[in-house]
Amino acid sequence: MGNTLFGKIWDKHVVKQIKDGPSVLYIDKHFIHEVTSPQAFSGIEKRGAKLFRPAQIVATADHNVPTENQHLPIADQLSRFQVDTLIDNCKKHGVTLYGLGHEHQGIVHVIGPELGITQPGMTIVCGDSHTSTHGAFGSVAFGIGTSEVEMVFASQCIMQTKPKAMRINIEGTLNKGVVSKDIILYIIAKISASGATGYFVEYAGSAIRALSMEARMTICNMSIEMGARGGLIAPDQTTFDYIQGRMFAPKGADWDQQLAAWKNLYSDADAQFDMEINIDAADIEPMITYGTNPGMGLSVTSTLPTMESFTDATEKQNFEKALNYMGLKAGQSLLGMPIQNVFIGSCTNSRIEDFRLVASIIKGKQKDPSVKTLIVPGSQEVAKQIKKEGLDKIFEAAGIEIRQAGCSACLGMNEDKIPAGEYCVSTSNRNFEGRQGAGARTMLVSPLTAAAALLTGKITDIRTLLN
Amino acid sequence: MQSLQKITSQFIPLRIENVDTDQIIPARFLKATTKEGFGKNLFRDWRYENDDETKPKADFVLNQKQYSGEILVAAKNFGCGSSREHAAWSILDYGFKVVVSSFFADIFKNNALNNGVLPVTVTDAFLQQIFAQGPEATLSIDLAAQTITIDATGASETFEINAYKKTCLLNGYDDIDYLLSMKDEIEAFEVKNK
Repeated sequence: MGNTLFGKIWDKHVVKQIKDGPSVLYIDKHFIHEVTSPQAFSGIEKRGAKLFRPAQIVATADHNVPTENQHLPIADQLSRFQVDTLIDNCKKHGVTLYGLGHEHQGIVHVIGPELGITQPGMTIVCGDSHTSTHGAFGSVAFGIGTSEVEMVFASQCIMQTKPKAMRINIEGTLNKGVVSKDIILYIIAKISASGATGYFVEYAGSAIRALSMEARMTICNMSIEMGARGGLIAPDQTTFDYIQGRMFAPKGADWDQQLAAWKNLYSDADAQFDMEINIDAADIEPMITYGTNPGMGLSVTSTLPTMESFTDATEKQNFEKALNYMGLKAGQSLLGMPIQNVFIGSCTNSRIEDFRLVASIIKGKQKDPSVKTLIVPGSQEVAKQIKKEGLDKIFEAAGIEIRQAGCSACLGMNEDKIPAGEYCVSTSNRNFEGRQGAGARTMLVSPLTAAAALLTGKITDIRTLLN
Repeated sequence: MQSLQKITSQFIPLRIENVDTDQIIPARFLKATTKEGFGKNLFRDWRYENDDETKPKADFVLNQKQYSGEILVAAKNFGCGSSREHAAWSILDYGFKVVVSSFFADIFKNNALNNGVLPVTVTDAFLQQIFAQGPEATLSIDLAAQTITIDATGASETFEINAYKKTCLLNGYDDIDYLLSMKDEIEAFEVKNK
């Protein structure tokens, strides 16, 4: 019987299978950042151990950094100490760091692919649940906790139980105004925030094949939002073209050899999946979330579920709790609702194509004066490219300031927060209570739908602004 | 890591589904560089009005004096979202040794186990039976036997845990010691796969 793409990569990295227990899984690349690594460094030091393979680790500062005046010392004392701790740890243990001020600095899941570090067939981990982003390249990539970061420091391995395999096939052509973010929000709304727990998901089908690498990253990025351990897409010519020539991509004869190996990375025709879901791309409309987990989403033109639609008492109670937090009513429509904030950024949607999409909508127009904006590129490289393409002029003319690279208002760790009670139409990945600041009300959307809200100050069907 | 064998304790019922790690410990508390002291900020924004420790929210279960114990019982999909191990550290630091739910998010489950906190997955029906108990009721968990019992009614269920993790927890071993002992095998794997 054939193997799945996920199974092929996983099996090749098993150093040892413990009887009735987890696999000892070898990790090719380990990304670290300032928030989830300090306790792992101190743990390893306490044991008197050394980092086993420091050359396979890449560090950046992204979660807890300001997005203004990055050339100045960080004002918040705790944040500064945490970022300085990363600098000290990397120096002491010989880890490459793309820290604040470095030309390669940025959100860890943006810079990995951008620099060509992320490659097909690899196992990749990071102390961040959105590590699944790297799966877009046909790698097995997933988020881990700090104890596991310490395991990889100590041995370049982690103990992990092999997840089951799921495939989601999306066939057909996307509708006008629908982009990859809508695909993943649609999937999560369909199967719920826990619908893929215990699985590793392969995204396949003609609609996925037609996507660019950046669009594929957006999809794999949010795999965790339906509980999946990770998500991946079989590499193809689009993948190879993206990687070739990047800084850490293989070169010359090495490239030819790697490419030949990468071409074998696909699920065999007779591979068995533990679960398979089929979706017609034509059914997907521009999406938005209304609740407090990413599974509470619907097409922007739909109405919210009614109370009567819930039969389970706990589910009904949770729905009510979410509506109460969000200041919404059962059965209502969201179209035309005033919003106060727009956030464009995060490891989900902060790459150059995302900014091109937004610019294509706002070009020659002004943002609605009532809307406050946080527009944050994913990396220094993306920021540079925005300038190179003159997109900064379009944003400036629309009355929008572009910040410096970092995670920013996606998780509300730095000062970029949404005020309590206000709505934020956001291209990020989580709408949990208080995620963007205590009391903040997040609605997750695509960059296109965010652009529409920027211009109108309301929740708007982007299709009404497209000709 | 602390070992865990048997525990009998009252429990704190949290009848909320999809409790994400941002609720367990909000991001603004992730600036610490040590593992200690997170318990006081556990469920911070559900516990206090306007982030003010002098204003506990009366309707939140952690603030209700009649509930106490070393076991937290939550509705399905507990610990979803971010991979922050700070969530497990907060639960441990607050004083919980066991979390019971009908469904756990993967990363949280690993993080809990790696810190000696036992996640116990029960059926939906059993979870409802637990929620139906009063504040004085106790639960007994026997890791070796893999059972959870509602002491007042004697109702009992077995729960799953893989044999390796069970041994670790019963003895307080951690994975890193094990991995450090595997260095030769890992090096041999690297050579073979060059």
